[in-house]
Amino acid sequence: MGILARADGAAIAARLDAAPPLPAATRLRGPETGLVMARGRQGGDGAPFNLGEMTVTRCSVRDAEGRVGHAYVAGRDQRQAELAARLDAALQDPVRRPALLEAVIEPLAAAQAERAAAMAARAAATKVQFFTMQTMR
Amino acid sequence: MSELTPGFADPVLGAQSCFRAILEAMSRPGRLQRVAGIDQPPAPLGVAAAATMLTLADADTPVWTDAGRAAEDWLRFHAGCPLVASPAEAAFLLATGRMPALATLAQGSEEEPHRSATLIVEVRTLAETVGWKLTGPGIETEHRLQVAGLPADFLRQWAANRRGFPRGVDVVLTAGPWLAALPRTTRIEEA
Repeated sequence: MGILARADGAAIAARLDAAPPLPAATRLRGPETGLVMARGRQGGDGAPFNLGEMTVTRCSVRDAEGRVGHAYVAGRDQRQAELAARLDAALQDPVRRPALLEAVIEPLAAAQAERAAAMAARAAATKVQFFTMQTMR
Repeated sequence: MSELTPGFADPVLGAQSCFRAILEAMSRPGRLQRVAGIDQPPAPLGVAAAATMLTLADADTPVWTDAGRAAEDWLRFHAGCPLVASPAEAAFLLATGRMPALATLAQGSEEEPHRSATLIVEVRTLAETVGWKLTGPGIETEHRLQVAGLPADFLRQWAANRRGFPRGVDVVLTAGPWLAALPRTTRIEEA
């Protein structure tokens, strides 16, 4: 789900074109957009702290075989939320799971890892070595 | 979870029109209101009972129900309401079998009579123009309402409920897509 939550709707749809079709699904709830309070821990004892509200889109679907899929994604991409929920339902099916993992989840995960690595490389180029003197000595 | 069905086809308009129907029913006790908007209510609920629960119940209102597992899951998912085991703790009660006695429910207090319970009862049939004679606020002269499926001592319980005014329980009767309300001010006489 983390991979689907980070991918945008268009990217998921593009991967699904190459995958075996998802079963038909009815919408149980949404997709609908709302606010959730993001909480963090603060202080030495880790008391909850309300960091701020963030926009979240959620969707729940039930497919023809009765599997229920849920998705909560950050932002307002309703297409992403619905596709993620349908994939959540379909991935529970042991027959469909391997093909979907291969066609959708793994390419998305690879693309995300590549993007993260590119960002890390760009950031690494600007790294400042504070203790240069120590290592040069 | 596999029995889960959708709630209101249009969550905003469905809840608004159902709220309007409940308001109308409470303002004119005994008048039947028709409710729509839910295609597949979970068994054994009718459309009106399911819509009333989705309209009124939320995360702040403890709900008691005897409607069974499918309806409980459905309510928890769509309304997000906590379900309680004891009728006395509930803000809304949904009875499909034998309704809990009115005296055992939250009555509110003299200072805060609105903190009482609202009981929603799924009955077999509701009909106007025959049956009980209703009088009281919201009824010009009298109104007739026939209800099949309430316990035999309901009128005795209702009279006791009225004596505690302003404390007391409000009742919503539902049958399929129809609902009628009995606010605590309504007097009921046997025809």
